[in-house]
Amino acid sequence: MSIDTVSDATSSPKTSQPFAELGFKKDEYESIREILGRRPTSSELAMYSVMWSEHCSYKSSKVHLRQFGTKVPKNDSMLVGIGENAGVVDIGQDWAVTFKVESHNHPSYVEPYQGAATGIGGIVRDIISMGARPVAVMDPLRFGNPENPDTRRVLTGIVSGIGGYGNCLGLPNIGGEIVFDSSYQGNPLVNALCVGTMKHEDIHLAKASGVGNAVILYGARTGGDGIGGVSVLASETFDADGPAKRPSVQVGDPFMEKLLIECTLEVLHAGLVEGIQDLGGAGISCATSELASNGEGGMHVWLDRVLLRDSTLSPEEILMSESQERMCAVVEPAKIDAFMAVCKKWDVEAVVIGEVNNSGRLTVEWHGQEIVNVPPRSVAHDGPVYERPYARPDWMDVRQSSGPENLVRPKSADEVKQTWLTMTGTPNLASKSWVTSQYDRYVMGNTVLAQPEDSGMIRVDEKTGLGIAVSTDCNARFAALDPYKGAQLALAESYRNVAVTGAKPLAVTNCLNFGSPEDPAVMWQFEQAVTGLADACLEMGTPVTGGNVSFYNQTGEVAIHPTPVIGVLGVIQDVDRRTPMAWQRDGEIVYVLGTTRDELAGSEWAHAIHNHLGGLPPVLDLQDEMTLAEILVTGSIDGLFAAAHDVSEGGIAQTIAEMAMRSGVGVRLEVPAWLDAFTFLWSESATRAVVVVPQNRNDEFLAHCESKSFPVTKIGVVDALSKSVELAGVFGETISLDIDELRTVSEETLPRLFG
Amino acid sequence: MTPRVGVITFPGSLDDKDAARAVRLAGGESVALWHADADLHSVDAVVLPGGFSYGDYLRCGAIAKFAPVMGKLVDAANGGLPVLGICNGFQVLTESHLLPGALTRNDHLHFICRDQKLRIENNSSMWTSEFEIGQEILIPLKNGEGGYVADEKTLDQLEGEGRVIARYLEINPNGSRRDIAGITNARGNVVGIMPHPEHAVEKLTGPTTDGLGFFTSLLSSLVNNGKVSA
Repeated sequence: MSIDTVSDATSSPKTSQPFAELGFKKDEYESIREILGRRPTSSELAMYSVMWSEHCSYKSSKVHLRQFGTKVPKNDSMLVGIGENAGVVDIGQDWAVTFKVESHNHPSYVEPYQGAATGIGGIVRDIISMGARPVAVMDPLRFGNPENPDTRRVLTGIVSGIGGYGNCLGLPNIGGEIVFDSSYQGNPLVNALCVGTMKHEDIHLAKASGVGNAVILYGARTGGDGIGGVSVLASETFDADGPAKRPSVQVGDPFMEKLLIECTLEVLHAGLVEGIQDLGGAGISCATSELASNGEGGMHVWLDRVLLRDSTLSPEEILMSESQERMCAVVEPAKIDAFMAVCKKWDVEAVVIGEVNNSGRLTVEWHGQEIVNVPPRSVAHDGPVYERPYARPDWMDVRQSSGPENLVRPKSADEVKQTWLTMTGTPNLASKSWVTSQYDRYVMGNTVLAQPEDSGMIRVDEKTGLGIAVSTDCNARFAALDPYKGAQLALAESYRNVAVTGAKPLAVTNCLNFGSPEDPAVMWQFEQAVTGLADACLEMGTPVTGGNVSFYNQTGEVAIHPTPVIGVLGVIQDVDRRTPMAWQRDGEIVYVLGTTRDELAGSEWAHAIHNHLGGLPPVLDLQDEMTLAEILVTGSIDGLFAAAHDVSEGGIAQTIAEMAMRSGVGVRLEVPAWLDAFTFLWSESATRAVVVVPQNRNDEFLAHCESKSFPVTKIGVVDALSKSVELAGVFGETISLDIDELRTVSEETLPRLFG
Repeated sequence: MTPRVGVITFPGSLDDKDAARAVRLAGGESVALWHADADLHSVDAVVLPGGFSYGDYLRCGAIAKFAPVMGKLVDAANGGLPVLGICNGFQVLTESHLLPGALTRNDHLHFICRDQKLRIENNSSMWTSEFEIGQEILIPLKNGEGGYVADEKTLDQLEGEGRVIARYLEINPNGSRRDIAGITNARGNVVGIMPHPEHAVEKLTGPTTDGLGFFTSLLSSLVNNGKVSA
């Protein structure tokens, strides 16, 4: 094959290059020529094409994401901020936690199993490259209409992929979301969150420091998977009947990833590493350019030393390959032997592919010929930045003005009961155990809470009981009605889900899933959501530690609902004090904390019963949300709660049904006098939780709420002799739902659709 | 002297730390053994933990059988060393012919993680001596290939000799023949079980603490056999 060297590029400035096929705009290509003072070699073009892609460069989102850096709340717990592989927060007792969520939406639609599997693999490597041991994963998922046959293909493949990879990796899957909405029909969302823990002294950063240090590539061999656009280049250098176009979806090997985790943590803890970086999107191009620009500024790479799965790969393909389960470490020469010994122990292949220098250039040679010579920052950090036009679309007026007020509501006690049963079995509200039972939630032995609890909770320190709780949430219908408020409501719900279990919310991560940034309406949704989230994080004192943007989630002209998935991390001093979601004993008193208003726009009821989306989302007062969380957290510490459960999708009806099904014990309730049964049951007013208080703590609990001036309403008592949910005050009657019947309705939906 | 219980880590073992924790909570000392170890470091018993040894890319447990440490383990087990294989460990034991039969893909073809009710059928093995026969326990189950199979003659022999140590109750989660969840060898020192007793040793993280009985059984068996002092 012919190699396009730097001297070729200098001597043949007029050679035409397939920049458009690689996704470049003409002016982007011209600016590369300007940076280099010549045309790029095909290898350089390959590197710039992946690193300047939307996915790697954040070129459309950067100008808005800066708000997370400027609107930073006072918070002493941030140890490492945005910009590293993942942010790190201090949780006390010398422990630190890193967590991050990333999207793998497009690959998962093309090839659901491998797309979802490698999504987990990628986020796990982000966490280990900070020096942390991964301790749990969660998967926020969005699918199209559950009745559409393609949803079955996508969902079953994705669930198998998450299970197949995650179970074999040995990380408990402790929660996430499964949401159905036809806006995701052609664009399912597969977000993956990983959380890791470490001692403070173990924090590591991605930089190549120390002139003369070795750059070691270790892990799986480099193959032809995940190459995508570069096949245009490759096809130029292969014979007409040479290798076919490469697959653009990567293939995962969870066993290799498990070895990589253990091997990486061992070399880090042994002090053998100066800097470390995982290889994900953009592969070697990304790792070398980022390491070099964060360190001494220069690096030389012998690309022909890279161990290959396929010896026919061209240098362009090797630079861009997204083969999974690879890492890059910067190691002092004196420590190379020790590093290699650890790799050998874990049967992990490793090879020195480069050396750190202070040339200010990233140079790559291929069998003695120079094929890349670029300023590394220009690849890694100085990509194009766009001020995309954005504008509130006119159709928002229609959407916001056509509220749910005229939708037919149940008119009798019998209709209320029927609606309750129907709602319990909608795909969005039904039990997700058919999916979550395919994931291992027990491995590592530190899982305190997992699905269907409000948040996943992990014990961090076995001696002291220090733990963390994580939740991810987003009601995208709220974001569709008002992206600014919708993002804040997603944050509020996630924050509440953490607080409900007794953990104090500490930090935020996000995965911002949107349509095409080239559509001003989508860009407006994005700008609004980011601003809403940044404003709310500032007010609530929870910094954004990192995140991910996924654009182009649209098929043709139709974009997905704006879906800013928000993850909140909380800390709990003693996991023994956690608050579970199910009531336990006879006579425990059931309360609603918060105010229930007639707020049905964007609700699950409007969606499931009427297929309606319009109006304005529920009002949100962030100060109230913080007060509620404080009551939940201090109440948990003081042991005031037998149980607590968040009120969100499906309203109080769903909250009560879930608590009853989890408990198996009945409850007697009454609709508050000032509310009608329908509003009480299905309104999705924000900032509410159902709490269950033992009788002997009742006075203390009420005094606690009063001292915070927070609204609290008694709605009933636990009845150990009953096996049903009884609700009085429904059109003058008392309705009764058998818990076994609720459970049947809840548990049969997903197996019926996908089993 | 505290009994020393080895836990073997193969590449791809996942529940090794959990097994070690269970040994400690039961009162034993856990000793980490590595698949490439040339000997068993004089331990009094061995646990083969759950996971995906070598990725389970061949038949589950088929490659682990050839690990250097396994030669010594097979000899020691044949000499009476107590060995417990959990999940992948059970698969390794059948592949190594320390226990009869095989574990196959779940009949419903999905990985399944659930809290599983079992009935204890044998309390004469070294790992089940502290249970009552007929006792019902609840411990986690999580596997993709947990269907226990053997030919009819072997199944009859296991039943006839009282070597079925636990059976699935209420549902058979993986299509195991005769609802078999775990078996022992004739001598009662080698036990394989598909569900995970090591994940039911603390109220905080398990559905129950029923799993602890396997580990306390071992420790008292060792004391009673005079292997270690009380």
